[in-house]
Amino acid sequence: MRGLKFLSLTVAAAAVAATFPAAAQSGDKAEAKAPVHEISTADIPVPPLPHVDWSFNGPFGTFDRASAQRGFLIYQQVCSNCHSMDQLYYRNLEGIGLSEDQVKAIAASVQVPGGVNDQGQPIERPGRPSDHFKAPFPNEEAARAANGGAYPPDQSVLELAREGGPDYLYAILTGYADPPPGVKMMSGMNYNTYFPGHQIAMPQPLQEGSVQYTDGVKPTLDQEAKDVVTFLTWAANPEMEERKQTGVRVILFLVFLTGVTYAVKRRVWSDLH
Amino acid sequence: MVGLHKSEFKNPVINWIDTRMPVFTMMQKEYGSFPTPKNFNYFWNFGALAMVNLVLMIATGVFLAMNYAPNSAIAFDSVEHIMRDVNWGWLIRYAHMNGASMFFIVVYVHLFRGLYYGSYKTPRELLWMLGVVILLLMMATAFMGYVLPWGQMSYWGATVITNLFSAIPLVGKSIVTWLWGGFAVGNPTLNRFFSLHYLLPFVIVGVVFLHVVALHITGSNNPLGIEVKSPQDTIPFHPYYTIKDSVGICVFFIVLAALVFFAPNFFASPDNYIPANPLQTPAEIVPEWYFLPFYAILRSVPNKLGGVVMMFGAIAVLFVLPWLDTSPVRSARFRPIYRQLFWLLVVSVFALGAVGAHRPQGIWVVIGRLATLYYFLHFLVILPILGKLERPLPLPESISRPVLGGGPMPGGSTAKPMEKA
Amino acid sequence: MADTAAHSSPSGAGHSHAGHGPGDGATKRDFLKMVAGAGALVGAGAIAWPLIDSMNPSQDVLALSSVEVNLAPIPEGSGITILWQGKPIFVRHRTAAEIKAAEDVKLGELIDPQTDADRVKPGHAQWIVLIGICTHLGCIPLGNKPTDPRGEWGGWFCPCHGSQYDTSGRVRHGPAPLNLYLPPYAFENDTKIKIG
Repeated sequence: MRGLKFLSLTVAAAAVAATFPAAAQSGDKAEAKAPVHEISTADIPVPPLPHVDWSFNGPFGTFDRASAQRGFLIYQQVCSNCHSMDQLYYRNLEGIGLSEDQVKAIAASVQVPGGVNDQGQPIERPGRPSDHFKAPFPNEEAARAANGGAYPPDQSVLELAREGGPDYLYAILTGYADPPPGVKMMSGMNYNTYFPGHQIAMPQPLQEGSVQYTDGVKPTLDQEAKDVVTFLTWAANPEMEERKQTGVRVILFLVFLTGVTYAVKRRVWSDLH
Repeated sequence: MVGLHKSEFKNPVINWIDTRMPVFTMMQKEYGSFPTPKNFNYFWNFGALAMVNLVLMIATGVFLAMNYAPNSAIAFDSVEHIMRDVNWGWLIRYAHMNGASMFFIVVYVHLFRGLYYGSYKTPRELLWMLGVVILLLMMATAFMGYVLPWGQMSYWGATVITNLFSAIPLVGKSIVTWLWGGFAVGNPTLNRFFSLHYLLPFVIVGVVFLHVVALHITGSNNPLGIEVKSPQDTIPFHPYYTIKDSVGICVFFIVLAALVFFAPNFFASPDNYIPANPLQTPAEIVPEWYFLPFYAILRSVPNKLGGVVMMFGAIAVLFVLPWLDTSPVRSARFRPIYRQLFWLLVVSVFALGAVGAHRPQGIWVVIGRLATLYYFLHFLVILPILGKLERPLPLPESISRPVLGGGPMPGGSTAKPMEKA
Repeated sequence: MADTAAHSSPSGAGHSHAGHGPGDGATKRDFLKMVAGAGALVGAGAIAWPLIDSMNPSQDVLALSSVEVNLAPIPEGSGITILWQGKPIFVRHRTAAEIKAAEDVKLGELIDPQTDADRVKPGHAQWIVLIGICTHLGCIPLGNKPTDPRGEWGGWFCPCHGSQYDTSGRVRHGPAPLNLYLPPYAFENDTKIKIG
């Protein structure tokens, strides 16, 4: 529950504080007294997520097209080596401002299954805008086998599928660090400040200069993370701009209608008094 | 022409139909001139709001079903197809999703309004019980609807809730297998849930009709909780309450629009955007917010069968509420102690909601048990006793003369402080 | 919602005469009621429209609503059939003789008079592109495969009721009343067309 968790926490905290102040305190003490044997990553608290000032925040927010396009470049060159985006079609890319011809060229750069030939053998053909994004692996087992047993999740709705949304994704991408001293990592795992449990199978995917931008923007880690998260947020919510714009109009109309209806109500009821 | 209705409508077509089937006369009687207490506050909007909400849910649901595929292999993708490719699909799905939350908000307010103003008391017991039936049907419908997107929370929510029935001695396991149509939640489960999710709303429509029939036999309760005594206490439903309900409906749509357009996933669990995976349980299984208090009661009882019984008991107790509350006074306005205990009940339900959203550890267990205890204490012990002990405030003489009985009203019924309910 | 409209629509206002006050008040209220009623109707329409529009073809269907056809592999004198929006499209590479036969027909002889020039793209007279559905009762005429009967006029022959079409796809022998329809298409270059 994205919004609700906060609400219920507040309500519950108020309820605890109001009703059981002593109990709340004793709970804290018990935690503080817990004996520390050795440092398990599960015991290291996850800091609060950083709040990024996204272009798509707020009721009038829109996707920064240039940033989303740079993000797509990162997806193409980095993420798509392991992560699928099954829900997207190449034609969708016009939504981040690519032209029809650019989309055609991007689609044509991959080979997709093209049915069978006259001998009944499966054939491949160049992709079309009406094709789904090509997945890096044919199935989950192949993906796991190539990634040390870990399954790189599909990124179509990843932004919606994680508590914290874009801020969380940004935090993960920028949250790689050396494990604190005394922490034992499982083999093949990487330390990440913001990942629950801090041990993530994905090695740090983005570094400074991981991609070359064509628009002169400097590919710092921070910039790359912001761009790819902008792209992923768009990918999960391609309807967002239309949704918010429609919403502003709908709510203005409803406020007007409420005002008029209330005025009628006042007049109708004035007969009674 | 024995049996034909004598219609008073001037329009010849309407008159012709009305003569043979007096639906227009009925509408005019039940929603036009229907005498309604003149002192409703805005809490009396919520019945009409629930009706509007039901229509909204059925309308959006019918159109969603045109594009949704109840098959575990493609259900998740078909929802994304609705969101991305179907014209206005995102709007219809988000309206349906948030409409469900709004429906429970509206119905819970409606229910607590009934609790506060004693709307369940005689002669409205059956009206109240039909309302509880609607609540149960809504819960079943909502639960099965939540399974349909076939995300992680859909799958594991279905697993946990259906497993509740395994607590039944002897036949529990067979019942669960029967519910699933297999040995785990799977495609057969999804198929039958879709079928029932489509069916139950129309059953709800039927019970809502009975609910309204019962309401129009007894007439509405009102904030004073005293009966209508003369025509001066009432006004025709139309235009006074049609327009007042319309104001509420407009505000309802503003709230719904704010959610749908600007925070469509406010009530949603991120885990449900992960396709269902029978091999991996999410870190925390949390039901939709409107089930949290009941979920908290379930977890507060350290015994499997006991928890299930208590959870269903939390609703069952509402069925017998009219006989548990022994006070002859309806409205909490005139019941100083009940009024405070009502708010304590509200607090305990909110606390249960918060407990349901957290892991059953530490302080949450304590809060959960105390709130559960109070919930049942309130209905099963306090209400029966309080009715005998509490000294109600003097009741007004009538709705149209809302002067307290203690005042120097000629003919005021000061000697009779209690309205015989 | 329908309820909203019903609640505050002007038609419902008829029952409230008793409450009318005299003078300006009544006028103003009537005006307000009309605004509220109109607003409710607009609102109901605004809710109904997305539901109705959701039944129109979705974006993935529309994305397949145009197809590109590579003409290079089609030898002179033969044709191919491709599927476009669920309908068969005939693309035939006409010989010089077929083109001449189509162009030389007098309009007066035709059941549904139309010149051949109106049925091909300028400069691409060797390509005829047709919706392969007989205009009689919707059967699919024969004539695209080399082994098919092409009828007396060398075009297409409908096996259902014997309608015959010429090399321009014009009906020459009933019962079909009209020429074969032309799909919307354009040449992307000399060897590629985009249908739809």
